[in-house]
Amino acid sequence: MKIHETHEDRIVNTIFYILLAVLTLIFTYPLWFIIIASVSSPDAIWGGNVVLLPSHITLLGYKKIFVESRIWIGYRNSLIYMVVGTLVNLAVTVAAAYPLSRRDFKARNFCMAYFVITMFFSGGMIPTYLIIQKLGIIDTLWVMVLPGAVNVTNIIITRTFFQNTIPTELHEAGMLDGCTNFRFFLRVVLPLSSAIIAVMTLFFAVGHWNSYFNALLYLNSRDRMPLQMFLREILTKSQISNSMSTADMIVMGEQYKLSETIKYGVIIVACLPVMIMFPFIQKHFVKGVMIGSLKG
Amino acid sequence: MIKIGKSNDISHRFAKVIKNEATRNYDLYLMILPALILLGIFAYAPMYGVQIAFKDFMPANGILGSEWVGLEHFLRFFSSFNFVRIMRNTIVLSLYSLIVNFPLTIVFAIMINEVRAKWFKKTIQMVSYAPYFISTVVLVGMIQVFFHQRTGLVNILLMKLGFEPATYLTSATAFPHLYIWSGLWQGIGYSAVIYIAALSGIDPQLHEAAIIDGAGKLHRIWYVDLPGIMPTATIMLILNMGHILNVGFEKVYLMQNPLNLETSQIISTHVYEVGIQGMEYSFSAAIGLFQSIANLILLIGVNTLCKKLSETSLF
Repeated sequence: MKIHETHEDRIVNTIFYILLAVLTLIFTYPLWFIIIASVSSPDAIWGGNVVLLPSHITLLGYKKIFVESRIWIGYRNSLIYMVVGTLVNLAVTVAAAYPLSRRDFKARNFCMAYFVITMFFSGGMIPTYLIIQKLGIIDTLWVMVLPGAVNVTNIIITRTFFQNTIPTELHEAGMLDGCTNFRFFLRVVLPLSSAIIAVMTLFFAVGHWNSYFNALLYLNSRDRMPLQMFLREILTKSQISNSMSTADMIVMGEQYKLSETIKYGVIIVACLPVMIMFPFIQKHFVKGVMIGSLKG
Repeated sequence: MIKIGKSNDISHRFAKVIKNEATRNYDLYLMILPALILLGIFAYAPMYGVQIAFKDFMPANGILGSEWVGLEHFLRFFSSFNFVRIMRNTIVLSLYSLIVNFPLTIVFAIMINEVRAKWFKKTIQMVSYAPYFISTVVLVGMIQVFFHQRTGLVNILLMKLGFEPATYLTSATAFPHLYIWSGLWQGIGYSAVIYIAALSGIDPQLHEAAIIDGAGKLHRIWYVDLPGIMPTATIMLILNMGHILNVGFEKVYLMQNPLNLETSQIISTHVYEVGIQGMEYSFSAAIGLFQSIANLILLIGVNTLCKKLSETSLF
């Protein structure tokens, strides 16, 4: 349909477009600045010469990051936690969502209530900490994987997906042929569900990569810490430098300058896995949120 | 076939159901079992353990063996010198974020929905939810890098324009603003997705009818789009209200420093301080429980209110 635009409509449209263009700048500029600052010399940044393009290009920051052992240890640990954690998450989520999607599953209402209650009430940080301490999994791989293994929101999203995409007739036909539920799930349901599995994988993987809270609470050994813990040390723990006088800064000299500028590079390095995933994420991501918003 | 009233008939049918479930559907139970057990351990066991809020928990005596002290810990919290400050900060951050995020997200979604050029629509959507995938640690790192008193871009530009550099990071007045607006920057694109979905679900005939009646763009947004996304907005509002005392721990904790405690000390960071660092388990469990219960009451209250006013509700 051709919409006839009035004069007023055109003004409104123009305002919307200008606002959205400004917003696009606001969303992208901080990320762009981090990129150009990471390859610029500290003096250029502090002198205010790095605004739109990098200046005095140097890879010194990245060179320093490469020999920083904390980054490597963190990267290794985070990758392990991400892979193991995501696999456990996926297995638990998909397996729990399927029975919930079946209308003939008698314990369905009970299980739903059991899941949903935990969304609205929890024991809190301290009782959870005490239970985990009692289990003896503090400072192990398991404490990074098991406490968050069940994600109720994602189970409900996956359940809704199964309900909408697997016709009951298909299941009935399978039953007539003597197929067990489990076989039907493996051979029919899973192959039809690659879209939701992709979405869930991305949700979980990004969540594990970015998570920080569990490590802060439950890990003690430095060689088990994920990247985010070291990032915090490098990025945010230097409050002292903020209150330092100019004289101090000159005394600290080059050393201080370098530690300040590697921050930009560290941010890039830390976001790398998510950046690599982003093209896949944004393709499936909207779909995932939409399925979720269909209300469980 | 069904004869209601004969009790042995009902029990017979019940036995049949159980037999059917046990022989044909037992594997469904096996599939859901891991999730039930994990939640049992990591969600329900802590709920049981929350009784230490009413006890004097000694690790040596265990949860059951510790002595009951009633509401002592709660009273101590309510009368502690920083109770007012903690409650004020928590509520201010929460309400401030709700007031900023809720309407702006809807405005943003409506603007995107009005874009006709497909490539522009796609680009702005993609760009807007990119920050959502940045971790909290990196986000806070970015805030500190940008607002650093000497080396941050904001102050460098201020100085270039002839202003005095400001100490945003260590200022109690700046903290809520930094927290809220960085949160909006990170979350608006993601939160808008739901509204954009709701907007695209509005019947185009409504718009066509409105156009024939001579309604301009703003009128159609006001009289067609807004009522169309009202149910979604109500649900989101209820959910947000249910978390009013649940200001996320991570970001505030990371942004906290001794100089901005005046506005940055909130319930969850206090629980961490007292409980994990100070090992006063019972006292901090009581604070946590107070937070959970207050949240639950708020959620139910707002839900009931919305049910009465708009017939949309969560449950």
